[in-house]
Amino acid sequence: MSWFKRIKKGITTPTKDKKETPDGLWFKSPKGHIIETSELEKHAYVVPADGYHKRIGSDEYFNLIFDEGTMKEINKSLSSGDPLKFEDTKKYTDRVKASQQKTGLKDAIRTAHGKVDGQPLMIACMDFKFIGGSMGSVVGEKISRSIDYCIKHKTPLMIISKSGGARMMEAAFSLMQMAKTSAKLTLLSQHKIPYISYLTDPTTGGVTASFAMLGDINIAEPGALIGFAGPRVIKETIGKDLPEGFQTSEFLLEHGFLDFIVDRRELRDKLSQTLRLFKN
Amino acid sequence: MPTYLDFEEPIRELYEQLDRARDIEEKSKVDTSKTIKDLENKILDTKKEIYSGLTPWQRVQVSRHPDRPYTLDYIEHITDGDFIELHGDRNVKDDKAIVGGFGSINGKTYMFIGHQKGINTKMRQYRNFGMANPEGYRKALRLMKLAEKFNKPVITFIDTPGAYPGLEAEERGQGEAIARNLMEMTQLKVPVVCIVIGEGASGGALGIGIGDKVLMLENTWYSVISPESCSSILWRSWEQKEIAANALKLTAKDMLKNKLIDGIIKEPPGGAHSDRETIFGNVKKEIKKHIKALESSSSEDRIEHRIEKFCSMGAYKEPAKKTKTTAKQ
Repeated sequence: MSWFKRIKKGITTPTKDKKETPDGLWFKSPKGHIIETSELEKHAYVVPADGYHKRIGSDEYFNLIFDEGTMKEINKSLSSGDPLKFEDTKKYTDRVKASQQKTGLKDAIRTAHGKVDGQPLMIACMDFKFIGGSMGSVVGEKISRSIDYCIKHKTPLMIISKSGGARMMEAAFSLMQMAKTSAKLTLLSQHKIPYISYLTDPTTGGVTASFAMLGDINIAEPGALIGFAGPRVIKETIGKDLPEGFQTSEFLLEHGFLDFIVDRRELRDKLSQTLRLFKN
Repeated sequence: MPTYLDFEEPIRELYEQLDRARDIEEKSKVDTSKTIKDLENKILDTKKEIYSGLTPWQRVQVSRHPDRPYTLDYIEHITDGDFIELHGDRNVKDDKAIVGGFGSINGKTYMFIGHQKGINTKMRQYRNFGMANPEGYRKALRLMKLAEKFNKPVITFIDTPGAYPGLEAEERGQGEAIARNLMEMTQLKVPVVCIVIGEGASGGALGIGIGDKVLMLENTWYSVISPESCSSILWRSWEQKEIAANALKLTAKDMLKNKLIDGIIKEPPGGAHSDRETIFGNVKKEIKKHIKALESSSSEDRIEHRIEKFCSMGAYKEPAKKTKTTAKQ
């Protein structure tokens, strides 16, 4: 039975001959449902078996929502300054550079306008993979400029929030982006232009405590974590386990902070309907 | 018994000597007036010396000094007791961590609102350590709207370690309550002056912090996070709080330099807690000065400037243009 025994110990295949299985052929939801990634893409990155919404980025959202060939991104080149010369275990500028290289993004938000069923819409969409979707000066400025565009072109605004909160490395500058975005939204409101806030997993901290909660209508993806303080902090503060379903979209709907929850697969239709009802 | 911070040790020693000198004079009727006078001068000099060279972390410590005056102390002295506290958000309850009401300065009525901390263990719990729930922010908004209706200027005092991160706070929409205030304060038709009198921590501070003029007392801090929490997140330990305090640029001087606030109110040597009368006087003078100036412009102009001011805050790069840092109107 020598064929059954490993004669030479260890891995003997040289690295250059190693065979790789391509990454990401399959996706497994937290409940254990497995789906081919190409199939997942067809379902707006929602696992059909259990409705799990996989986290996606601005690229995917723009593709899902805008009519084909209508999208135009604005203020693409804005990137972060380093007003405080912030340095912890790493320089802030290095952190930003590393994140830019890794993600191919400039910062944690992209802004683009286009059409949804022929109706104009401006979307500011956050990217969680860029330093946790944290809000720094670039996020504030891009939202501010997209509001300028909305006012000038009488275009409704949608902000897709996906953020851990303020960007600590910009300290008070980051805090003041809460004030900046909220102040700017008052102008949009004065011009009676609709603002739809779409909250996705996760939306916490300074983003929740500013523009994300200030929509004319607030809507959310199912099962998203939405809150001001993070669950860990609350747990430490009260010294108890948190109830199941605490700080989910469904919890917020129940407590009156959302207008409705919309499955990502129906987002485009629902959005088109909403825009039409605001307009006509 | 006054409390002394570790770096105030030389001040404490001098006060002890002063006490002893006074004791001797009283008991043995020896004239020690010269010694007393010398000691008093020396105390003042020492205070000046220590307080002129405080590190950011030491200022954070001073901002939390247990003897430091709190919101109701300011209101009480500034209005000479002519103040009526108003309670409740008309929805859920009365938050004890934020207080407010009408009061007067020289016959003119103002709306005063501020975070309130407690002076002893029992009161600290009662005030929830100055950490407000959504009701606090909604009470503040109700009072601001009341002030707007009757055309009274609004003064807010900021002194909080943060909005309360509790279960009920989340249920009742802590984020929404703060966000709503940011938007509503932007549009208030009456003049608004916000003063950081102690700790200015994050959204909990900003929730009553949108004003035509935002001022900080000399030994206070204002940032997106406390140095301890910043340290624990970035360095995974509380030990780097002094480095974090430096990195965050959270002192009044830094905030003014970065044009994120509009002015600094000087504290007496030894800090606000060492000479309350002086700090109350300084704050009162600043309030009167700023409100007088603000009332000379129309409410439309004030709102426009307020929006412009906050919208100009930020630091980012854009190719083909020069790096932009905060520029104010």
